[in-house]
Amino acid sequence: MTEPRSNPPLPLRPRIDEPTGTPTVGHEWDGIEELDTPMPRWWLWTFYACCVFALGYAILYPAIPLLNSATPGLLGWSSHQDLAEATAREGVRQAPGRLAIARMPIERLPQDAVLMRAAVEGGRSAFKVHCVQCHGSGAAGSKGYANLNDDDWLWGGDIAAIHTTLVNGIRQPGNDETRISQMPAFGRDAILTPKEIDDVVSHVRRIAGTQKLDAASVRGATLYAANCAVCHGDGGKGRRELGAPNLTDSITLYGGDRDSLTHTIVNARNGVMPAWGERLDKVTVTMLAAYVHSLGGGEVLATPEGVILPVAAPEVTAGAAILRK
Amino acid sequence: MTTVEQLTQPPALFEARHDIFPKAVDGSFRRLKWAIMAATLAIYYVTPWLRWDRGPHAPDQAVLVDFAHSRFFMFAVEIWPHEFYYVAGMLIMAGIGLFLVTSAVGRAWCGYACPQTVWTDLFVHVERAIDGDRNAQIKLARAPWGPAKLARRVLKHGIWLVIAAATGGAWIFYFADAPTLAGQLLDGNAPSIAYATIGILTATTYVLGGLMREQVCIYMCPWPRIQSAMLDEQSLMVTYKGWRGEPRSHGLKRDVPALVALAADPSLASRFDARAGDCIDCNACVAVCPTGIDIREGPQIGCITCGLCIDACDKVMAQIGRPPKLIGYTSVADERIAASGGVPLSPLKRLWRPRTLAYFLAWASIGVAMLFALGTRTRLDLSVSPDRNPTWVRLSDGHVRNTYVVNIRNMENRPRTVEVALSGLPGAVLWTEAGHRADAGTSVRVEIPADSAARTRIFVAAPSAGPERADVIFRLRGLDKSGGTDTDDSAFIRPGGGE
Repeated sequence: MTEPRSNPPLPLRPRIDEPTGTPTVGHEWDGIEELDTPMPRWWLWTFYACCVFALGYAILYPAIPLLNSATPGLLGWSSHQDLAEATAREGVRQAPGRLAIARMPIERLPQDAVLMRAAVEGGRSAFKVHCVQCHGSGAAGSKGYANLNDDDWLWGGDIAAIHTTLVNGIRQPGNDETRISQMPAFGRDAILTPKEIDDVVSHVRRIAGTQKLDAASVRGATLYAANCAVCHGDGGKGRRELGAPNLTDSITLYGGDRDSLTHTIVNARNGVMPAWGERLDKVTVTMLAAYVHSLGGGEVLATPEGVILPVAAPEVTAGAAILRK
Repeated sequence: MTTVEQLTQPPALFEARHDIFPKAVDGSFRRLKWAIMAATLAIYYVTPWLRWDRGPHAPDQAVLVDFAHSRFFMFAVEIWPHEFYYVAGMLIMAGIGLFLVTSAVGRAWCGYACPQTVWTDLFVHVERAIDGDRNAQIKLARAPWGPAKLARRVLKHGIWLVIAAATGGAWIFYFADAPTLAGQLLDGNAPSIAYATIGILTATTYVLGGLMREQVCIYMCPWPRIQSAMLDEQSLMVTYKGWRGEPRSHGLKRDVPALVALAADPSLASRFDARAGDCIDCNACVAVCPTGIDIREGPQIGCITCGLCIDACDKVMAQIGRPPKLIGYTSVADERIAASGGVPLSPLKRLWRPRTLAYFLAWASIGVAMLFALGTRTRLDLSVSPDRNPTWVRLSDGHVRNTYVVNIRNMENRPRTVEVALSGLPGAVLWTEAGHRADAGTSVRVEIPADSAARTRIFVAAPSAGPERADVIFRLRGLDKSGGTDTDDSAFIRPGGGE
């Protein structure tokens, strides 16, 4: 055929394909024709079975979208309920471990590597919910919010001290055991003159090693001894029982530059933290303490000589054993 | 059916399976199939029961796919998930191996070693043992239902189901300790997934091997299509030598007894065709074919090249005194040479050609490379990733601390103590989350349980003076006799700018 063809007329007459003996469906393109090979019977059965399955599925499970929801399905299955059940199952699975942590005295927790690890992981999750708003997702803090990764602790860095701080919070009214200290607002309350405050700033920066000895810092030393040393100590090393920070180290909560220090001395800072013992369950607070302690700056609990730590109850050991599995 | 009838009838919606009653046959290919069937079935059923002592910290099953602990054991070799490329390499080798086999000897895999073929063959033998050979089977199929037929059918399908259940049952032993699981199965307290797997595999074995048989090869399996594309003129395949066989004739042949008969009775001359081929149209090749095809129609998708028609035809050729291999393994090229009266290449010479050589070299070099990798692989592994939130921490004495999440793999079946040290950072000290900076040193020791990975955080403190980013190398060293080392690069970050 030499003349150019436009669309061939359809349909062509079906014919029998010579080599296979199968009829063609009756159309061709560029000499290519399609055989009308009958499907094997099992294939049809499979197809019908799939149809039946789809129908059954659409009846049993939520399937057809309606305006506000979908058809509920005869089985009443829902993804929300599925999640709730999975969460409940996970709660049951974690129960022995949580029980063991609840019964373990906080001082002994770091000695049980398995429980400690479970507590740290639980604390990591709880931290992401309750703590990151101020302390940041990496617990690195920011100005006014403590970096929990470092080794500088205002109120103590062993696991029991961290736990106490967490349970009772900082400067929480109505909580007798809350961490509290109150630095006077030396400038606002006119205890020191601006010139004097400037001198104290020079002294504080000198003992922190960020400034050289000069006349102002010498004058500031005298003022420091009279006004500050009672809490921060003569050498500026701070006193934890008073919540007075160490002024000589490299870490400052509100900044170590002149402006920040001046602002701190003029107005005082007095930051706060909620008493988490009033808001969260006991185990979660313990887990948070373990997590914060694990971040790298946690201190070893100093146990006075001769004091015997309480022995873990048998249930605790059993719980830990379950957790170990 | 005439073409007119076919065209006036509406096309059939479906085509029911044509029953196939393969006739029993004996011969060299049948015996080869027996041997391969025995070997493959034995490997399949026996392997999970082989024991291999790996000490107290690892399972003692020679071949075990341990999904629960993500380990794959195969005799002396243990594969961890990160070493899955060995499995990938073996799959690639299997693929190229199929290319090699197909280009050399055609669909040999289909004809002899494919599980579908092996189990179908087994089922066919069971059927033959109960119902008799081809003719008896046809007779039984046509017979009306009665107690005798029912009994035979129940027996046949019962045995098929037992074989199918044993097949599914053997499969699960590869994934758990076989004796333990067998005990649990007998007691009825095996995991439900075990019963489900047995159930599914029983069903597939029974349906695919017993009921669908050649339908799987012809309609379902992609291999025939792929292999058709890989065959070339040099590939050996089961071929009916038309130049020898055609034209077909019933009865008298050109052999000596026929000539004697013709001399004795000239009236037979009308039945004697001087040009008659060797094929006497006895249909033996069709009767034995497990897929029900006629090999004389040429190469086709239904031919799994099992060679049973060769056995059947050879027997007939011997009976009528003609040379064997009217149907035989030959290539298109050799067939052409033979048809024009030449001498074909020997099959061995056909095998060696650039294409098969290239496949073989690719196949073998992957194998050699994997063996080399396996022989030189280390059984200690260190992986360090720096903690990026926060990247650095200022310590109260002015030093800077970085934190690293360290994964150490101990891939030996015994607990090991390893040492992690750091180089590239002057004045640095290390401690783990179990330790404390007060007792930090230039290296830390970590205990790793047998055949497991330990994840620990390592804290590194260094003086604040130094580059903002210092490249460091963590070095792992096994502390026992067998030693072993590994390293991983990382970086130590210090606060930059005007801190």
